[in-house]
Amino acid sequence: MGMTGVLRPGHAAIRVLDMKEATHFYGEVLGLIEVGRDSYGRVYYRAWDERDHHSIVLREADSAGIDFFGFKVDSVATLDRLEAETQAYGLKTSRVPAGDLLQTGERVRVEIVSGHTIELYAEKGKANSPQMVDNPPPWNSESERGIAPIRLDHALLYGPDIEKVQDYFVKVLGFYLTEQILMEDGKTQLAIWLACSNKAHDIAFVRHHEPNKLHHVSFLLDTWEKVLRAADIMSMNKISIDMGPTRHGVTRGTTIYAFDPSGNRFETFSGGYQTYPDWDPLTWTWDEVGAAVYYHDRALNPAFLEVVT
Amino acid sequence: MGKHTVHFVDTGESLACSDTDNLLRSMEKLGRKGIPVGCRNGGCGVCKVQVLGGSCERRVMSRAHVGIDEEAQGYALACRIIPTSDLSVKVIGKMGRAFASVHTNPSTGE
Ligand code: FES
Ligand SMILES: [Fe+2]
Repeated sequence: MGMTGVLRPGHAAIRVLDMKEATHFYGEVLGLIEVGRDSYGRVYYRAWDERDHHSIVLREADSAGIDFFGFKVDSVATLDRLEAETQAYGLKTSRVPAGDLLQTGERVRVEIVSGHTIELYAEKGKANSPQMVDNPPPWNSESERGIAPIRLDHALLYGPDIEKVQDYFVKVLGFYLTEQILMEDGKTQLAIWLACSNKAHDIAFVRHHEPNKLHHVSFLLDTWEKVLRAADIMSMNKISIDMGPTRHGVTRGTTIYAFDPSGNRFETFSGGYQTYPDWDPLTWTWDEVGAAVYYHDRALNPAFLEVVT
Repeated sequence: MGKHTVHFVDTGESLACSDTDNLLRSMEKLGRKGIPVGCRNGGCGVCKVQVLGGSCERRVMSRAHVGIDEEAQGYALACRIIPTSDLSVKVIGKMGRAFASVHTNPSTGE
């Protein structure tokens, strides 16, 4: 098997200030498919080309931000093993019973040192409809409705002690470092990009004084053309755009950063390169930090480092 | 559409703001930079202000940035308030802190 252990990002649980506004945005503008609501009032979505039951869970709360970010692992045995190894590594874990999230098996929760809650799970219901698996067409009406990303792709999280976060993800969860930005001293990492697959990143972290902050949850599009189309749809719907369309130096993705109606940043992007676990990390130095983040502007906007939820 | 005058006590500036747009939006439309702009949607807190006088309509905004006590003292996120009279406003939200802290001490931000 090509890929074992931790497979991919599986879900992001996002807090929203007003569920009505949020469901309009995630369902109609972003164009995700609503797949369920639970007894807590949480609303579930998947992207049109995703094969698992859901990838986005919205919860109404009095603050914005992210509750947890989850990864799917290849088996229950792997889940048990990673739980034991996480505890042996010295991080606290807890179990969330099967069924707490709709159609999702038991989840192992890990509190990482940046203050975020990372989840691992092995089982989730499938979204396979016959028209998606038997003689499937290349696209369908759902792939054209709203921005319509292909999938939830990654998240960028802000918090302290990211070198310790990297150590845990690499040593225990089997991720590898794909890129980094170093600070003025040429040693301290300002930001890290980590992959568990053969993507340019599955999760990333930026060093930040406050723990448990969300910079963005990211959605994949097919092409640069679709990124432009996404920008058009955002402006038609008066969505608050932070940056773009432009290109990241890091990962080479073509991108837009924008905000959901509760101020949570999201990204719609395409491109990036493929990696393998023997990849040597790419490094950006402090004097090129602007180009690392926004390749054309070659300068950071203050919001990149400071506007988080 | 009516206008209300918003007076910024820090700079002495006054702005004619629409009574249908939120305060941050009015400022952005006029090309002004008085209040820091972040998410524009009440989540990030960078546009925090204190309303010292006048009245406004308040929309839901993050409690992580404006607590209940603060709300009573007129604190608000500029992207979530719409003036209903002339206002007098003090800018609280600052940009530049995180960047400065990244420079000074990477691990603690102090
Ligand atoms: S700009 Fe983010 S809360 Fe107003
Ligand atoms: Fe991203």
